Amino acid sequence: MADEQIRVVLAKLGLDGHDRGIKIVARTLRDAGMEVIYLGLRQTTKSIVAAVEEEDADAVGLSMHNAGHLTLAPAMVQALADADLDVPVIVGGIVPNVDMSELDGAGVAAVLGPGASAEEVVKAVADAVAAKRTQ
Amino acid sequence: MSEGHPADSEAKKAWRTAFEKASLRDAPFETMSGVPVEPVYGEEPFPGQYPYTRGIYASMYRSRLWTMRMFAGFGTAEDTNLRFKDILNNGGSGLSTAFDMPTLMGRDSDSEWGLGEVGRAGVAIDTLADMEQLFADIDLSVVSTSMTINGPAAIILAMYIAVAEGRGITPDQLSGTIQNDILKEYQAQKEYIYPPRPSVRIITDMVKYTTAEMPRFHPISISGYHIREAGSNAAQELAFTLANGFAYVEAAIAAGLDVNEFGRRLSFFFNSHIDFFEEVGKLRAARRIWARWMKERYGVTDERAMMCRFHTQTAGVSLTAQQPEINIARVAMQGLAAAMAGTQSLHTDSFDEALALPTEKAARIALRTQQIIAFETGVANVADPLGGARYVEWMTDEMERQAEEIFTHLDELGSGSMLEGVYAGIDDGYFVGQIADAAYRYQRELNAERQIVVGVNAFTDGDEETEVNLLRISAEVEAKQLERLAEVKKTRDSASVAAALAAVGKVAGESDQNLMPVIIDAVKAYATLEEISGAMETVFGTYVEQSIV
Repeated sequence: MADEQIRVVLAKLGLDGHDRGIKIVARTLRDAGMEVIYLGLRQTTKSIVAAVEEEDADAVGLSMHNAGHLTLAPAMVQALADADLDVPVIVGGIVPNVDMSELDGAGVAAVLGPGASAEEVVKAVADAVAAKRTQ
Repeated sequence: MSEGHPADSEAKKAWRTAFEKASLRDAPFETMSGVPVEPVYGEEPFPGQYPYTRGIYASMYRSRLWTMRMFAGFGTAEDTNLRFKDILNNGGSGLSTAFDMPTLMGRDSDSEWGLGEVGRAGVAIDTLADMEQLFADIDLSVVSTSMTINGPAAIILAMYIAVAEGRGITPDQLSGTIQNDILKEYQAQKEYIYPPRPSVRIITDMVKYTTAEMPRFHPISISGYHIREAGSNAAQELAFTLANGFAYVEAAIAAGLDVNEFGRRLSFFFNSHIDFFEEVGKLRAARRIWARWMKERYGVTDERAMMCRFHTQTAGVSLTAQQPEINIARVAMQGLAAAMAGTQSLHTDSFDEALALPTEKAARIALRTQQIIAFETGVANVADPLGGARYVEWMTDEMERQAEEIFTHLDELGSGSMLEGVYAGIDDGYFVGQIADAAYRYQRELNAERQIVVGVNAFTDGDEETEVNLLRISAEVEAKQLERLAEVKKTRDSASVAAALAAVGKVAGESDQNLMPVIIDAVKAYATLEEISGAMETVFGTYVEQSIV
């Protein structure tokens, strides 16, 4: 199971249009051998859940730059749980350190702040998926 | 004084005549050691002379320093109103408004899209009531206001006009700028509502309206800032921005406007990034290219309509979450580049912006930083102080050369029309593709440590100590905003709202009529932003981007 290609759904949840980071992450994960399904801008928790089901994805990556992470990221975790999907949610973007524990408590698997390296990004996704697979 | 310089060239004489007509600031114009300095050095063309590479005015900052315009907006209109007053009390000379995401996207705070976003990244505006509060106790006939909004810009401008009229201030007394540059939204910032063509029609209506009614107002700020922040390189920022400018010019000419008239009202907005000389070269090249194209391609004869006047903001994307205090040094150097390149106004970023919206203290330090540049460093004494330096002149030429290559590509895409070329570049993913490629290239340079960012991939000692106070927007903001919106909806006259919205929809369908008057009527009836935008959306449709990685 460990060599199975990881399939990641990446999406911009909500209205935030900052997509520089998520596009770089998409290419970075692709270069690392993962399959990336980028849904694009203005996604809802519903549209992301549908994509995860359809694509049989292993992880969801959200990018947030508009200070909505404390509302939107937990809503995403909840929506996946409601759909019985045991898929980790990884959040990247402008997330202050002080919010890390709250996101952790809400069930977000990993948070990647500004300046995260390519290595850190790939590792965060791989680790989150591995943790689910070994459960 | 003129007769005292017999050896002056014709250009120098012309410059001197213009310079002597200008009023000067009450300042010594000498070094800190007391050495008097000339207003400009070097050869023609001089500042204020075509093609304005060296600046758009003969006297530049000797007459008037750049406007220190600090961008602010968060929470409710009351919160931002307090920050505005703080900025004005601290020597800020203009206001600049940041709106929250729902507002930027033409959505009300009670929309399903508003969840978690109300008042977070800017101020929430739903109706005229919010706008009245936003500018409470601020004299709009005196203060110039910049409003950073694009998709629903016509509605926000209408609200601004209505607030002023409510206080007996007529539109012709209002000064400021509304960003209103929709083309770069499809390319970079992604805050669009309708498809490109109807969006450009709205902008053309606004240019028409302001040209007739608001002589002191800039109806568009053609912006490279977001293109750069989205990941483009310097030459792409320059070229895409000016190409968008050419597109608006062609749209306005096609709508029957006189380019000599509206050309005077166009303004630009550039990024000042961390590579000092590349930025200076880029900004100098921007003035030269714009002047040449306006004169040679669009037949402009009025010099004021050839001048590329611009606002500059330091590069938010260059700021690090690691060791955030060192961002103060980055901002100082970026601000210095903008000043030495002759910007008309400047926003200096706050050091905590890679973490959250700026605190009041961080915003004050940023303002103080540009005050140091303006009042302590002496760079404002001499126009184009770097002009003539071999590296600077080469860089200016190189930026122009790279930009011209991009113009050639767009011109071909549009078969001789820059407007069509830009539309085609949006439709076929040219702009987003180029920007994403450049952003990825830069990221790989970072990963490979060929590009050093202090605190991120080098000199990381101290990264752990990042406890700075952050601005937190409380959840009460959303509740308060929803309450006010509900109150407005309850107390307004619903029959006049319905009639005003029907009028907006009708005029949207008739491209020979101007949308501004009916939008102004609608905001005065307290129709909401989303209702008015919705009335246009039913006619214009909505834009959905293809998700290209």
